[in-house]
Amino acid sequence: MEIKISPVNEGEWMESDVSAMGTDDAVRPEIKDALFQIDSLSFWYRESQALHDISMDIPSRQITAYIGPSGCGKSTLLRCFNRLNDLIDEVRIEGDIRFEGASILDPSVEVNSLRKRIGMVFQKSNPFPKSIYENVAYGCRIHGIRRKRDLDEIVERGLRGAALWDEVKDRLDESALGLSGGQQQRLCIARALSVEPDVILLDEPCSALDPVATAKIEELMQELKKRYTLIIVTHNMQQASRVSDFTAFLYHGRLIEYAETKTLFIRPRKKQTEDYITGRFG
Amino acid sequence: MNLGRDDRTRRSERVGESLTWLCGGALAFNLLMIVAVIGFIGYRGLDYFWQGRVALCRLEDGRRLLGEISGREERPPTPGKTLEMTGRLQLRVGNRDVTGAGFVWIDDDQIAEISYPEDALLLERLEWGHFYGRAVELRRGDEVLARGPDEVWRAFGPLHEEKVARREAIERLERGEIGDINFEIERLRLAGKRLARRDLSPDERALQEAAIAHETKEREAQYQVLADRLFEERESLAEEQLVMETADGERNAIAVGEIVRAVRPNAMSLLDRAGLYLGRVREFVWDDPRESNTEGGIFPAIFGTVLMVFIMSIAVVPLGVLAALYLREYAKQGVLVRTVRIAVNNLAGVPSIVFGVFGLGFFVYLVGGSIDRLFYPDALPTPTYGTGGILWASLTLALLTVPVVIVATEEGLAAVPRGTREGSLALGATKFETIRRVVLPAAAPGILTGMILAMARAAGEVAPLMIVGMVKLAPTLPLDHHFPFVHLERKFMHLGFHIYDVGFQSPNVEATTPLVFATALLLVLVVTLMNVAAIVVRNRLRRKYASSAI
Ligand SMILES: Nc1ncnc2c1ncn2[C@@H]1O[C@H](COP(=O)(O)OP(=O)(O)OP(=O)(O)O)[C@@H](O)[C@H]1O
Ligand SMILES: [Mg+2]
Repeated sequence: MEIKISPVNEGEWMESDVSAMGTDDAVRPEIKDALFQIDSLSFWYRESQALHDISMDIPSRQITAYIGPSGCGKSTLLRCFNRLNDLIDEVRIEGDIRFEGASILDPSVEVNSLRKRIGMVFQKSNPFPKSIYENVAYGCRIHGIRRKRDLDEIVERGLRGAALWDEVKDRLDESALGLSGGQQQRLCIARALSVEPDVILLDEPCSALDPVATAKIEELMQELKKRYTLIIVTHNMQQASRVSDFTAFLYHGRLIEYAETKTLFIRPRKKQTEDYITGRFG
Repeated sequence: MNLGRDDRTRRSERVGESLTWLCGGALAFNLLMIVAVIGFIGYRGLDYFWQGRVALCRLEDGRRLLGEISGREERPPTPGKTLEMTGRLQLRVGNRDVTGAGFVWIDDDQIAEISYPEDALLLERLEWGHFYGRAVELRRGDEVLARGPDEVWRAFGPLHEEKVARREAIERLERGEIGDINFEIERLRLAGKRLARRDLSPDERALQEAAIAHETKEREAQYQVLADRLFEERESLAEEQLVMETADGERNAIAVGEIVRAVRPNAMSLLDRAGLYLGRVREFVWDDPRESNTEGGIFPAIFGTVLMVFIMSIAVVPLGVLAALYLREYAKQGVLVRTVRIAVNNLAGVPSIVFGVFGLGFFVYLVGGSIDRLFYPDALPTPTYGTGGILWASLTLALLTVPVVIVATEEGLAAVPRGTREGSLALGATKFETIRRVVLPAAAPGILTGMILAMARAAGEVAPLMIVGMVKLAPTLPLDHHFPFVHLERKFMHLGFHIYDVGFQSPNVEATTPLVFATALLLVLVVTLMNVAAIVVRNRLRRKYASSAI
């Protein structure tokens, strides 16, 4: 199957093509307690549109996964949740995202407190060039916690939460850059946990890890789900089906199908979804 | 399928190999040049402190000369006179007060005999430089304390030690108490002038004037007492005299207190010589210069150089880092920023003397002049900051080296990955917090590299400093025990200028040429030392943030 992507403003022919791709007739589940409500979100890097009119609700205390081929806009969408795209020059955003009912795209939103509540773990692990201890304590330090005793506790809690404590408890003062790739990624999770967020965004957290480290992080996510809302981007269909409760399939910046993970993987309603999860393209 | 290497591969490998040799050769050549420069300066510089033997030359015409052989020159045969190569010796004969010249050249064929008498005595004096001769007697006034070279030598030691101690006491007196009183008197004079400009009732004015006059008088009385004591002490330095005889038999009496050091080079063991060597190195590094810089030490120049580089670093690092931060982190990248960056880079290529002229016009006349008018009006017309000084020299050099710091810092900042910044921002840190706590520490090694380069450049600059405060001889260091302890308005000495001054401005060029090498060696050492210190810090930082291979 071949899908043609053209600029938006090309008239009649385009219209039908867009609807043929199913922007508006995207399949959506009923979400009862939605934490995020995305409302016709479109996003542009300069002139090129990366997200097309996406609407979906994201449930609280569940794991929601985004899947889709490379370049389809998963990271872009994820970075809208904590407004990390603000850092990029000449982007434009339309539509809205509501977090607990309030818009987060509003210019009056305190971005720093928003980001404190919505943590993020990046595709490529990015520990600070500091000691392991300082990496985890960093977030709380900037939010004004100074007491050594409090910080010690936070560091331990964060590292335990990320299942890293036993491996590093004797070397907290060593450089974080001396850890293995998997340990670094878990350190980044510990860092995200340290500020007690409500949501954690994970952008392909396992893409650079081996199966053992991946399994550890997946296990960890099941644990974290009890207290946090997780949104994960992944390339790995097995991973999505293993860990997530809901899965959304993005394709060329459009939401194609969004459903409970079981449903999506067993009985996809859209042809494109089926093709993608069965590996016929991607 | 043919898996053998084809012609093209082989040709390219041959070219590659010769290119490797060429690169290696270029590197070896560069290293050789560096080693040669350092080695030559090191050899000539270290040789300066070594005490050679003292030769007694009897000439064909019966004249006798005593001194150290300091050089030799080959000469081509003179047509009609000689057929073979001849040469001539350079002899350092000292005794400038007797003979007028410190060095003589003697043709080889004039020398009848060279011997090395055990009792040849070398005196290093406060004035007139070296004296070579034999001791005849030691006298106090008309009383003879010792007679004959050996007896005099034995008696001289303890006496000389006593005189050296006294000389040091005099120096302390001059620098300490007398200096303090002069400082106070100057302060009172300025207080008087300030009073004259203040708006006071006649009674009040009279009262205060009287107080100042009274205090001044008291200080002056104290000064008089000390000056008398100083005079007496000085007199006592000249009480004993060492009567010396030159090789020609001429006699000369030298005050014991005038003698810095007396040695009998031909009677010294290797160990003695090594001790003397170290003593001279110590003196060179720690003492003040004498005899318009041609003798004594160069401590003020070392101090001036180091302090200037230090102040420059304090000024240039924040300035450069802030500028680089703005350029790299805050400014919107575009044509304007690119232009500024190119301009900054080109600033490093402006001839340094231009910076000197700018420093004179801007810092000295404009800024310094304004400071004087605002804060030191009482001292006018004598300028305080309105003339060259170590502060202005340091700031001029800071301007000169700021591009280096900016470029290095920008590179350091650019090397901090975007992911690291985003990691910090995603935790809710502001941009400022991110820069201060993550980006700057990670860029610190780069910043230090910039600082090292700036320091090396600054320590070697001489031209711009000549017009903003560097002098041949500074009476006081810019750091002393008078409040506020650091006197940034003062003039200062500098090793680079010292080399130029000693080597090319001195009347006694032969004697000072070795000094040029010794000073140059020291300049290299000082710069190296400062750089090594900075490099150690940088490596420690690097190790702290050592990255792993992920
Ligand atoms: N900073 C940027 N400037 C311009 N275009 C960008 C930028 N970042 C991403 N894009 C474009 O936006 C589209 C979506 O990119 P995004 O990174 O969201 O993809 P992704 O789904 O995360 O892909 P991957 O799975 O490879 O990470 C791509 O076409 C990409 O080229
Ligand atoms: Mg991505």
